[in-house]
Amino acid sequence: MRNKVNLAKDKFMTGVFYAVAGFFLLLLFAFAGYVIIKGFGGAKLYMFSFTRSGIGNQFFNTVYLVFLSLVISVPIGIMAGIYMAEYAKEGKITKFLRICIETLSSLPSIVVGLFGYLVFIVATHQQWNLFSGALAVAILSLPLIATTTEDAFRSLPDSYKKGSIGMGATLRQTIITVLLPAAAPRIITGVILAAGRGFGEAAALLYTAGMSTDINWSSWNLASPTCALNPFRPGETLALNIWASRTEALGADATQIANLSSAVLMVMVLAFSLLAHVLEHRIRRNMGEKA
Amino acid sequence: MTDTAAGAVNRKNTATAEQMDFKTKEGIWKVLVIACGLLMIILPLAIGAFLIYRGGATFTKYGHSVLKFLFSSNWNPADDMNGGGHVGAAVYIVGSLVTCGLALLISVPFSMAAAIFMTEIAPKTGNKILRPAVEIFVGIPSVVYGWIGLTILVPFIRKIFNLNQGFSVLAAGIVLAVMIFPSITTLSADAIRSVPISARKAAYGLGATRWQVISGIVVPAAQPGILTGIILGLARAFGEALAVAMVIGKTRSLPKSILSPTTNLTSAIASDMGGAMEGGEYNAALWSMALLLFIISLLFIFLVHFVAMKGAERNKK
Repeated sequence: MRNKVNLAKDKFMTGVFYAVAGFFLLLLFAFAGYVIIKGFGGAKLYMFSFTRSGIGNQFFNTVYLVFLSLVISVPIGIMAGIYMAEYAKEGKITKFLRICIETLSSLPSIVVGLFGYLVFIVATHQQWNLFSGALAVAILSLPLIATTTEDAFRSLPDSYKKGSIGMGATLRQTIITVLLPAAAPRIITGVILAAGRGFGEAAALLYTAGMSTDINWSSWNLASPTCALNPFRPGETLALNIWASRTEALGADATQIANLSSAVLMVMVLAFSLLAHVLEHRIRRNMGEKA
Repeated sequence: MTDTAAGAVNRKNTATAEQMDFKTKEGIWKVLVIACGLLMIILPLAIGAFLIYRGGATFTKYGHSVLKFLFSSNWNPADDMNGGGHVGAAVYIVGSLVTCGLALLISVPFSMAAAIFMTEIAPKTGNKILRPAVEIFVGIPSVVYGWIGLTILVPFIRKIFNLNQGFSVLAAGIVLAVMIFPSITTLSADAIRSVPISARKAAYGLGATRWQVISGIVVPAAQPGILTGIILGLARAFGEALAVAMVIGKTRSLPKSILSPTTNLTSAIASDMGGAMEGGEYNAALWSMALLLFIISLLFIFLVHFVAMKGAERNKK
């Protein structure tokens, strides 16, 4: 009798698990599909333009800002990861360093944004600018890049390092010519993930990159405040554009524009996540073949 | 690749000028690596120091008590350097706590079920479809969640509950729940997966059903890891700013029910910091909120370590 009850319970719970899993898959796909279809479905051609009425400029700002932030965070993050994997000796300082990185990675992005606002905008008497935004996003992506680099280095076979050192190379030469190239695919996966996160970042940019954008595509003077490539101009990103359209209905089409921004962001983020996933899958397969 | 390294070493032995060059290169490299490592320590410390410096002004320069800031709901800071206003942030703090609590209540059961499904019930489908899908959804920007919440969820809640407006604790809770679901699920699944197979086999061997194995053996064994996932999810929910700000209603009153609008710490900072005078009392009070957020996120990290330590102790026994 008890056995029967247990079996029935087991069947019931299995059903519940299937239902929950199915429900979530459905919800996730419906969510992504809805955002993308609604955004592109309601878009008019002028909304894609690189003018005030389109989101082209915001799109450019998003990509440019993430690019700038990676230029800053990738070298520093990789070096920090190398320090942790190859130089740091286990002890109190390394333990503290790990807690610091953990702290950095779990900081609310708005707090990092405020820090950026204070240090890069208020202290330097600057206007909102892309470069400050890029610095704030760089701070947010540093822990991810540093930890993936460390993991990538640690997962390499010991023989790589031993072989190179045995040939008489110094640790620096070994790292640059042997370990770093071998660890590169994994690090790149981390960087792609960081870029994907950067695209969607908004809270950290609120008080750093600013909420306006004014690009004159015929001006290529880097010092001009309307030159696209000038990093010291205000630059509203797609994510900020969505935030801005929540209340201030700037035009009759503000909702449509925000829908389109969401859809474009969604596509960018999904593409980068998928890319990272495929890359990781490939690395895993290669490692499997070697082992 | 090792050839070039060995070649460099050979060259080093032949030329003294190059040897000097080589030595400086090694030196610069080492300094750079250590500097980057140190930067990871300096950054969070600097952020903390600045927050204490700016957020502390509320309590030092403007002379408010910490207890009043935390527990009074009288919020009326002066937007100038003279001060004399009230900085009771209780409404904001309660708003943050209530929305995050609700988000956890909604997402933890679902996350647990999804995590168990992809590890214990259907590992193949779980690993091939559910896990990648969940991982991809970790990266969806929070503003997109907020925007969908604003355009779909808020009107929906208004309609279904016949309210004047749909901005509510419920809307914020749901948006946060959807946001933190993927992180809790992946971390819980990792924890469940690391429970040794032998524990399961022993239980099955004794005639236990799958549900008995899951509820009696696997989940209790994975508890520290699951708890870590929940804490990190909570930390993410606590720090989330814009998605919540878009659906919470930003009404400065304590919520009467989950259907009433309120406000929270992050949305106050996000929407009011730009308008507050630099260095004024209002500005300082907002910085104190940011400091509070910083302290709370430190607290979460401490909790994670505490849980991990307890888990390790338990496993030793």
